[in-house]
Amino acid sequence: MSALPDGDGPLSPTRSMTARQMARWRFTRNPSAMIGAFIVLSVFVAAIFAPWLAPSPESAGSFVDFRNRHAPPSWDNPMGTDNVGRDILSRVLYGYRVSLGLVVGVLGVAVPLGVVLGLCAGYFGGWIETGIMRFTDVMLALPPLAMALAITAVLSPNLVNAMIAITLLWWTWHTRLIYRIVKAQMNEDYVEAAKVAGATHRHILFRELLPNCIPAIAVKSSLDAGFVILFGASLSFLGLGIQPPTPDLGTMVATGSEYMPDMWWQAVMPGLAILYAILGFNLLGDGLRDMLDVEL
Amino acid sequence: MLPYLIRRALSLFFVLLGLAVLIFVIARIVPGDPARIALGPLATADQVAQLRAEMGLDEPFLVQLWTYLSGLAQGDLGKSLLTSRPVRDDIMAALPATLELVLFTVVLQIALSIPLGVLAAVYRNTWIDNVTRVISLIGVVTPGFVLAIMLQLLAAYYFGFFPVTGRIDPSLGFSADITGLLIVDGAIAGRWDVVGDALRHLMLPALALSAAGIGQVMRITRAAMIEVSSRDFIEASRAYGIPERVVTFRYMLRVASVAPLTILGLEFASLIGNAFIVEFVFSWPGIASYGVRTILQKDLNAVIGVVLVSGVFFVVANLVIDTILGLLDPRHRLRAKGGE
Repeated sequence: MSALPDGDGPLSPTRSMTARQMARWRFTRNPSAMIGAFIVLSVFVAAIFAPWLAPSPESAGSFVDFRNRHAPPSWDNPMGTDNVGRDILSRVLYGYRVSLGLVVGVLGVAVPLGVVLGLCAGYFGGWIETGIMRFTDVMLALPPLAMALAITAVLSPNLVNAMIAITLLWWTWHTRLIYRIVKAQMNEDYVEAAKVAGATHRHILFRELLPNCIPAIAVKSSLDAGFVILFGASLSFLGLGIQPPTPDLGTMVATGSEYMPDMWWQAVMPGLAILYAILGFNLLGDGLRDMLDVEL
Repeated sequence: MLPYLIRRALSLFFVLLGLAVLIFVIARIVPGDPARIALGPLATADQVAQLRAEMGLDEPFLVQLWTYLSGLAQGDLGKSLLTSRPVRDDIMAALPATLELVLFTVVLQIALSIPLGVLAAVYRNTWIDNVTRVISLIGVVTPGFVLAIMLQLLAAYYFGFFPVTGRIDPSLGFSADITGLLIVDGAIAGRWDVVGDALRHLMLPALALSAAGIGQVMRITRAAMIEVSSRDFIEASRAYGIPERVVTFRYMLRVASVAPLTILGLEFASLIGNAFIVEFVFSWPGIASYGVRTILQKDLNAVIGVVLVSGVFFVVANLVIDTILGLLDPRHRLRAKGGE
């Protein structure tokens, strides 16, 4: 991470820069990372301030306005209206609340769980390693979407169960990533030194090894966020996620697709909104990867 | 090579066993009585008790597991509550449609992503590279169902050549009885109109399904080609005066294709998952459509069967990929042997 490039022209960083300054320099020099950061920020702003930003906040509920149904995009309804006359833009803004809620809920549990298991498997070795990694391998052999569909269906479809289903499948990726990093770190002198100095397992795991995993976790989580949104939207698209009238982007695409091709905006606009959010998290993740110089 | 394959096949067996147990446990520990779920809230207690006895739910858990696993060993997946037919028959009927779609998708992925990745690497930092980068980004970030719907929209409005739903035009009066794959059976029967019609039906679902993989594999191919191009043996080949075309396609691509093939194998998991969505949108009569239908009806035996078959798909695909990698790169075999 601290290796400086050879210097390619006058705009290259100078040797007096700290690692942190270097990283920031690399991030701001990367246009796609900046675009990604901007998109992610705008999605968060949209979700948090939805009640104030939405042209018609009442559209988020089971409001109906039949005079105004199936209206094409216009100045009043920039994304058109849906089959009961609700403003699609307003519903998209509220829909981001659900999407981001899902991201926070899933990654908030799956990442710590996956990381702790990965740390333990890599550090302790032996039967702990065998047990955890074999189990992870089996979990990774499960087709994720099919599993999530099955779990939500059996548990009855709603936001919390969708969250549980995705979380159950998501931790494995972090376990494998952290396991690989820890395995590589175990030969490093600092781990040996900590052991010789009599550090506890907990100290070595969380104070010595974990900080070295943070960049990889950050990059992976950012990329994950996009895929969790995609996953949640896919579930609700099939009718197994968030239930109406809560505005959810996947559900909106599914309902809208019944009015294709003539009332195309009802499916396409929420679809593009999903695409926009995923694009943002992806660009941000790629940017972070370049900035922190990690390999996943 | 052979001992390597045998070892892999053995581990495959254990993964599948673990998968079967895991799915069964998940399906049984979830709250709620499967018989009650299947019959709905209006059924009487007697009816539920009768179905419980029929499904063997009265037995102790381990006995149920044993019955289930020994049935599985004989290829018995139980009876579907939705169709009242053996789950195996239902899955076998739906499998060829999915197989055809998934195989065609993989072919499309390889045919599009690797050449585009090579192109991007050869013309790196030119407009060609930028265009392919945008294509790959769009492929990665577009949800399968959004792409599917947009393709349907375009098909409906602009290129009416591609049908919006279904697998074949029923007026052709053709049923695939030999392999179940319309393209293969149509070609065997000499019915080229059937082959053409099947291809037209396949095109849009396969495109929607392949986008994510194409995007990823393209990126990986480009990175691998660029990495290889600076190695000494490539410099040496160039210095010998070997034509650039030969260097690129015969020497560089062989070494560089290891990473994209690995990713293609991993992509296979999401391919089967996305097939659920894409089949749903295009009314494709495959295993994923069956899966969605049975999931919505809470038909547990069928759901377990579908998930298990998808898992087998994934594990076998990885074995195939590993075999190809082993052939391409001997170190891959040795690494697997050494354990690390």
